[in-house]
Amino acid sequence: MQACYAIAPGHRMQWEETRQGWVILYPEGMVALNDSAAETLRCCDGRTPLHAVVADLQSRYADSELENDVCALIAAALQDGWLRRR
Amino acid sequence: MLAELTYSCPLQCPYCSNPLQLGKRTQELSTDDWLRVLGEARALGAAQLGLSGGEPLLRRDLEVIVAEARRLGYYTNLLTSGMGMDEARIAALRDAGLDHIQISFQADAAELNNRLAGSDSFRHKQRVARLVKAYDYPMVLNVVMHRHNLDRTREILDMAAALEADYLELANTQYYGWALLNRDYLLPTREQLEDAEALVQDYRRRLGERMKIYFVVPDYFENRPKPCMDGWGRVFLGIAPDGSALPCHAAASLPGLELPNVREHGIDWIWHESPAFNRFRGEDWMQAPCADCEERAGCFGGCHCQAWLLSGDACAADPVCSRSPAHEVVVQAVQRAAASRVEPHPLMRNTRNSAQLQNRTGDLQKETG
Repeated sequence: MQACYAIAPGHRMQWEETRQGWVILYPEGMVALNDSAAETLRCCDGRTPLHAVVADLQSRYADSELENDVCALIAAALQDGWLRRR
Repeated sequence: MLAELTYSCPLQCPYCSNPLQLGKRTQELSTDDWLRVLGEARALGAAQLGLSGGEPLLRRDLEVIVAEARRLGYYTNLLTSGMGMDEARIAALRDAGLDHIQISFQADAAELNNRLAGSDSFRHKQRVARLVKAYDYPMVLNVVMHRHNLDRTREILDMAAALEADYLELANTQYYGWALLNRDYLLPTREQLEDAEALVQDYRRRLGERMKIYFVVPDYFENRPKPCMDGWGRVFLGIAPDGSALPCHAAASLPGLELPNVREHGIDWIWHESPAFNRFRGEDWMQAPCADCEERAGCFGGCHCQAWLLSGDACAADPVCSRSPAHEVVVQAVQRAAASRVEPHPLMRNTRNSAQLQNRTGDLQKETG
C-alpha cells in the first residue's frame, strides 16, 4: 500500500467527448473505463501512495468494499500494462 | 484512422502494399486539408491516428500535423522507415506531442536490408532505433517477412534483442499492390514459416516480458481469411495522399468503387453516407458460400480487394478461405513458389516502375491473380 502507481509510458488517459467517458489510449487500441475505475486511476499520479489514494476515495464515497475494489483494479491494470509501479 | 501522408519514399521495397500508381506529389493534400480532416474525423469519435506513407517524414509539415492531432486528443503513431529522422526532428516531433514510433527494418544485416530496400539505409535505421529509445519512446521494430528473410528470423530476433527493442513485429507479407506483382519472388515455403514460428516461440519463452514478439501469419497459408479491417466500414478509415478515403488499404484497386475524396466531402458524409463505405456494410452483399456460413460474423467474408484481385469478383468469398470456389488459386500460387527453381527478379517499388506500369495496357494486378 506504500507503492505509487502511474499510467504506463506509451499510454494516455483522457476524456472522450463523443463517448462521454474516460478512456486509456495505447498503440492501436483503447479501453473504456467505468466511472469508478476512472476515478481511481485519475488518483494514480505516480506520487500518491496507494493507501492515500484509498483514503481519498473513502472520504468521498462511503463504501466498505472500496479498498478491495481498488486493489483488484490496480492488479488488473498492472496485468494489462496500463499502469506502472513507480 | 490511417493517414497516408505521401507515397514518396526513399525505399523501394518490392513487398510494398501501396498501389502501383503512386501518383504525383503535386496531387497531395495540403497541410490545411489534413488539419481539417483530422478535426472532422475526431468529431466523429476517431481516437487513433496512424501516420504512414510512403515515408511520412518526407512531409515537411509532419510536426504541424502531429501537433494538431495531439491538440485534438488523438493517439498518434508514426510508421516510418527511419529515413529522414535525425535528433532535431525527433525532438521536434516529441515536442509536438507524438505518442509512438514504429520503425521498419528489412533484415538483420546491412547487405540484405539494403538490397531489399533498394537503398543504403541499414546503419541509419540502427541509429534511429537508438534515438527513439533515447527520447523515451518504446522501441517498436517492424519487419515484413517473406522468402528472402524468413531464414534470417533468428538473426532478426537477435538484432532486435541487441537493440533492446520493446516490441518486435514480424509481419508476413500481404499480397496487395507491389507485393502482389512480386508474389512469385516473395512467397515463402511452408517449411520456412514453420521454422520461423518455432523460433519465435522459443524466443518468447526466453525473453518473456523483456521484448514482446508478434508474428503475423500470412493468410495464403491459412484456411480461413483474415477479418479484413474488422469489417468494411466498421472501424477503419484510411486517407490516401490525394485525399481519397479508403475503407481498406487496397480499396483503390476495386473496379466500380468510386472512392469519395476529402476535398469534396466531409468525413461525416464519407463515413455514414458515401456509397463506397456502405458498399460491403452488413451482409446483404454476401453470396454463397458466405451468405449462409456460420463463421461470417467473425471474418466478414475476408478481404474484398483480395477477392477481386484473385477471383475477379469483389462480392465473392476471399479465396484464402478453403470454402471459396476460387481457393485453388491460392493453393497453386503457394505450390508454384515452393517448386520454383528459377530465382525471379523483383520489380522494385519506385516512381519509374510505377510510370512504366501505367503505360502498359490492361489491368496488371488482374493478370497476376
